[in-house]
Amino acid sequence: MLLIACPWCGERDELEFHYGGQAHVAYPADPEGLSDAEWGEYLFVRDNPKGPFAERWSHAAGCRRWFNVVRHTVTHQILASQSNHPVAAGQPKPVIA
Amino acid sequence: MTQSHRLPDGGRVDRSAPLRFTFDGVAYTGLRGDTLASALLANGVLHVAPSLYRRRPRGIATAGAEEPNALVQVDGPCSEPMLLATTIELYEGLSAAGLAGLGRLDPTPDQAVHDKMHIHTDVLVVGAGPAGLAAALAAGRCGARVVLVDDQPELGGSLLAGRESIDGRPALDWVAEARTELAAQVDTRILTRSTAIGYHDHNYLLVAERRTDHLGPQPVPGISRQRLWHIRARRVVLATGAHERPMVFAGNDLPGVMSAAAVRAYLNRYAVLPGRRPVVLTTNDHAYATALDLVAAGAQVAALVDTRPEPPADLVNSARGAGIEVHTGSAVVGTRGHDRVSAVRIAELDADDVISGPVREVACDLLAVSGGWSPAVHLWSQSQGTTRYDDDLAAFVPAQAAQNVVSVGAALGVLDLAGCLGGGFAAGVEAADLAGFPSTAPSVPPTSVDRPPARPRPVWLVPGETGDPSEWSDHFVDLQRDATVADVQRAIRAGMRSVEHIKRYTTIGTAHDQGKASGVSATGVIARLLGARSPGEVGTTTYRGPYVPVSFALLAGRERGALFDPVRTTAIHPWHVEHGAVFENVGQWKRPWYYPRPGESTAAAVERECRAAREGVAVMDASTLGKIDVIGPDAGEFLNRVYTNAFAKLAVNSARYGVMCRADGMVLDDGVTLRLAADHYIMTTTTGNAAGVLDWLEEWLQTEWPELRVRFTSVTEQWATVAVVGPRSREVIAALAPDLDVSNDAFPFMTARETRLASGVAARICRISFSGELAFEINVAGWYGLATWESVIRAGGPLGITPYGTETMHVLRAEKGYPIIGQDTDGTVTPQDLGMEWVVSQRKPFIGKRSFRRADTARGDRRQLVGVLPADPAVLLPEGAQLVADAEASVPTRALGHVTSSYRSAALGRTFALALVAGGRERLGETVYAPLPDGVIAATITDPVLYDPKGTRRDG
Repeated sequence: MLLIACPWCGERDELEFHYGGQAHVAYPADPEGLSDAEWGEYLFVRDNPKGPFAERWSHAAGCRRWFNVVRHTVTHQILASQSNHPVAAGQPKPVIA
Repeated sequence: MTQSHRLPDGGRVDRSAPLRFTFDGVAYTGLRGDTLASALLANGVLHVAPSLYRRRPRGIATAGAEEPNALVQVDGPCSEPMLLATTIELYEGLSAAGLAGLGRLDPTPDQAVHDKMHIHTDVLVVGAGPAGLAAALAAGRCGARVVLVDDQPELGGSLLAGRESIDGRPALDWVAEARTELAAQVDTRILTRSTAIGYHDHNYLLVAERRTDHLGPQPVPGISRQRLWHIRARRVVLATGAHERPMVFAGNDLPGVMSAAAVRAYLNRYAVLPGRRPVVLTTNDHAYATALDLVAAGAQVAALVDTRPEPPADLVNSARGAGIEVHTGSAVVGTRGHDRVSAVRIAELDADDVISGPVREVACDLLAVSGGWSPAVHLWSQSQGTTRYDDDLAAFVPAQAAQNVVSVGAALGVLDLAGCLGGGFAAGVEAADLAGFPSTAPSVPPTSVDRPPARPRPVWLVPGETGDPSEWSDHFVDLQRDATVADVQRAIRAGMRSVEHIKRYTTIGTAHDQGKASGVSATGVIARLLGARSPGEVGTTTYRGPYVPVSFALLAGRERGALFDPVRTTAIHPWHVEHGAVFENVGQWKRPWYYPRPGESTAAAVERECRAAREGVAVMDASTLGKIDVIGPDAGEFLNRVYTNAFAKLAVNSARYGVMCRADGMVLDDGVTLRLAADHYIMTTTTGNAAGVLDWLEEWLQTEWPELRVRFTSVTEQWATVAVVGPRSREVIAALAPDLDVSNDAFPFMTARETRLASGVAARICRISFSGELAFEINVAGWYGLATWESVIRAGGPLGITPYGTETMHVLRAEKGYPIIGQDTDGTVTPQDLGMEWVVSQRKPFIGKRSFRRADTARGDRRQLVGVLPADPAVLLPEGAQLVADAEASVPTRALGHVTSSYRSAALGRTFALALVAGGRERLGETVYAPLPDGVIAATITDPVLYDPKGTRRDG
């Protein structure tokens, strides 16, 4: 059971989270301008590295925020965890008493 | 029966507390503090059960969880199979029977409670022997939160079995002081009778605590029988000790062949003399203490056989001084005896482990064997830590840690008491320091075992007196699996080289004990037969949790029966129960399936309910449909992006059916969304998919379109929804809502009206139909759901209003060709496959749109939704039936598609089905066949809309 640091709530057990696959795979700005191969790449092709991997998680049973985690796929060590919510960028994290 | 083998004094047993028990139907007496095994040995009972495959007699071989033989079934209100006599604490009235490797599962429900605890700690110490106690003491003194777990009823570990001293006093005095000190530390928790069974990611460990097993088989009120601790630790100290290995020689499975350390435990801890004329066989220093303790207990030690040509002189002298004949550079090469060892055959071995001298036979009734020590690296390995083979120790020891963990004491290969204490203190201080509690380690007191043992001489395979390894079928490698050297040799001759392959070929290490004691011995045999220089070249098999077998009841905890999964019921549920509804599970919801009248069959009830909806008026509880408030200035824009059709320009108080797809263009969900205000929509989802759709909306908003000003709230439970359906439904609504103009002109299809019911309850009434009939949905606050339902029943009474369930709903919608997402679709179906091109906007972008131009999504022979009419109108196609073009085709043949929904229709006067069929819309009128075990059903493909295709009935 991984211990995942939600940027909003702190460290919580993995079972509170949903996994969201590889991070930073943006929905194409102009899908209609893509070839079948390019669109297929977006739909179906993801990295599967042995080592650090940026991925998305959602604190589904908590604050329900999506955020990014860098996890080592061999050791499961979590190397980084940050909010990907642009509204939050540069703003202080809310203090939860 | 007297306890013929009980020593007159000593031991950790309570002589004032005799306990009666029965084993295999025979009554015996033991003492409190005994295990079942020690109590049996005290009564001279060594034999437990024959072996599983070869039916050879087998005796108690160890004194702990590594036991390969002594399996028993314990009687009780719910009998427990596959327990170890060596780990069952004796209680008054215990009744057990030996098992030859197979238990019997008791079908009686277990009434005992099992539960779970979740805790965090700074330091978790596993094992309360000298090293673990030292670590816990040191960490606790620093102020760190400490959890100490140990599988025994009392602390002390190996010290319980020995006669060591610490600081000039009996070691168990030191243990008692340690216990007192730990108990006084406010942030230290001691868990005895608790076995760490699993070491998972991020220092998450599972510990199985046996809370009442030692009290007997009856559930104890107010106390769970067992508890599963989920422990998250900053730092873990593994002080799990070591297992003494058996040796592999001819006849090594006879009852009376026992671990030397176990013999010592039976002597010192349980005050039991397992044999009066023992022989001791060892590869290392440890068994000398066993031999001397046996002499002290009055046994006549017939011989001490040491594989080493030159063991430490002081040990040999002390043994000889006690009158023991010591054979150096020798081994036991065979045993004699029928159901118990009666003699051993001793011979010298040369440097290549070959018999090099005459064989002497020595009479005995016990053979205490120490084949060396294997650190218990199970948890370490589960944590993904690596091990390496240490030639000096002849053992696999922890190497590289993968988590925040350290091994100490015998678990690290440290076998002297001083080293265990020193390593424990240092590890405890280090662990506390890492948790933010710096300190310095206490000094190590002098002990009786301050010198590390001399180098052992492992003999992995004692040769037979005759033949070659392929014939050594009484050299047992895994006792529980009856696997021998001959079996290993056969595996190697079959081409196996990897230890993992040989394990699977021979089943070595796959029994209940998972080869705890014998696994490294097996590796040694394999290395020897492969000609490897050491077991290190072969390696071990993978260690997997749980460390000891645990019951499913423990893993389930309280999540049994009604607590297994939440049950969701609607506000109207009590009425359904009262009126005899038969329920079906839809996700976690209980939904009325149909409402049979007394004596009425399912088919008759459904036909009656369908007829009411088609010809009169019927009512259904639709409250379980998922409902999501979509609120914000950009709500319309957001819905435009997630639905295939447009919602931004939907008029207030109007409703629209929508389909949403995944990015790959496959249908994800559907439902009707209603606009309540410019910035407020209420979306409905399928009952089973409500949470998934909410997650889907959140994901897109947060990760792709955070600039959109819109928020989602689940309001499924906040609204109760009553569907009033049928040509006479308007009359019911008119009676219920006197302020509402219910005429078709004033209240057209797919619109909503806010009104106040005659009862005074505020309601939102929508004209939505999932049956093709004139229909209304009344939405009221959940509190008023039951009262509103009852008022509908009253108002419709004169019209014969009929409650109906999900089965009728399904028939009515299928007659109209409306698909159910998740029943008629399976994640590979596009809106076009469902014949819903009309719902796919050509003008605006939405999730999945690009995929409709992909070659695979656009091809014409995709499976499409069609109707299927069996040639015999009385025959019902089974849902899931495969459809083929040629009834005579030999199997395997290619299916055209499959039946997704199938019903009897009162309105059509026949059976019908929906199916997904390749190129189905080009096949209208064609005959297809469903080959089934009882024969072939022929059917004709039709348009999926079989009832009222022109839609003349929806306005009443």
